Amino acid sequence: MILAVTPTPTWYLLLAAVLFGLGTVGLLIRRNPLVMFMCVELMLNAVNLSFVSFSTALDDVNGQTAVFFVLVVAAAEVVVGLGIIVALLRRKPGATADDITLLKG
Amino acid sequence: MALVVFIAAAAMVLAGALGVILRPNPVHAALSLILTLFGIAVLFVAQDAQFLAVVQVIVYAGAIVVLFLFVIMLLGVDRTDDLSIEPLRVQRPLAVIIGVAVVGLVAAAVLVGAGDNSSAITGQRSSGAALDPSIPNINQLARSLFSDYVFAFEVTSILLIIAVLGTVLLARRPFRAGPARGAQATGDKASEKVGAK
Repeated sequence: MILAVTPTPTWYLLLAAVLFGLGTVGLLIRRNPLVMFMCVELMLNAVNLSFVSFSTALDDVNGQTAVFFVLVVAAAEVVVGLGIIVALLRRKPGATADDITLLKG
Repeated sequence: MALVVFIAAAAMVLAGALGVILRPNPVHAALSLILTLFGIAVLFVAQDAQFLAVVQVIVYAGAIVVLFLFVIMLLGVDRTDDLSIEPLRVQRPLAVIIGVAVVGLVAAAVLVGAGDNSSAITGQRSSGAALDPSIPNINQLARSLFSDYVFAFEVTSILLIIAVLGTVLLARRPFRAGPARGAQATGDKASEKVGAK
């Protein structure tokens, strides 16, 4: 019976790879800074998924501890990033990533 | 059964990810992100990481996406982006090529690593921190976090304090803003004005 097939860690890793790729493409093609930020979250989640897959497959709890730290750093990153976006959009309403050229030499 | 769970969760994850990158409206993108995060939480449960699944839902879906939606609503940027505007012609095809290359490289690494056996994981199995099915997942995670990684744990508290301070400094209004600009910057006053009109 085909339903008896259980997903191996390879499947989870391939799914994480596809999710990471989608996040990369989104980060490169979207110009709204908020949506670009969401794509970074997608990439972080792909990494978390592969951490947990490795943790389960290698029977090691430290992979799950790493995911915990990734979650904390992602939360801090979102807070600072959204602070920057709020400051930016207050100054230039409707700004896209192309309008942020202050650091251009 | 495990196969059905995997396929359903994978479909949620991929549909949500496509929604994030293709939906023109940022609010819809944020809601698609929730779909992806729930799918990831289901996959965590399927791999016996129950604590992380709960934290994933609480921290990501509960806090981070709400923060995104809060900023979208606060700044009033919830109008639809025009996805047909693209200043750099080559950017989109190039982005797709880079994305396919990234997926291809990682998938190749995974599949080559798998070789002729069914599991791709070729690392050394744990010697010191093995997962014990008889101990609850949260207990094992806590033991690892508060013994081996206690210094890193303390450093994250400093990181969070710095993040909060930095955000407060970044997001507050400048001292010498003129009255007109200050009124525009404050969301509630601006909406009052709109309501008065």
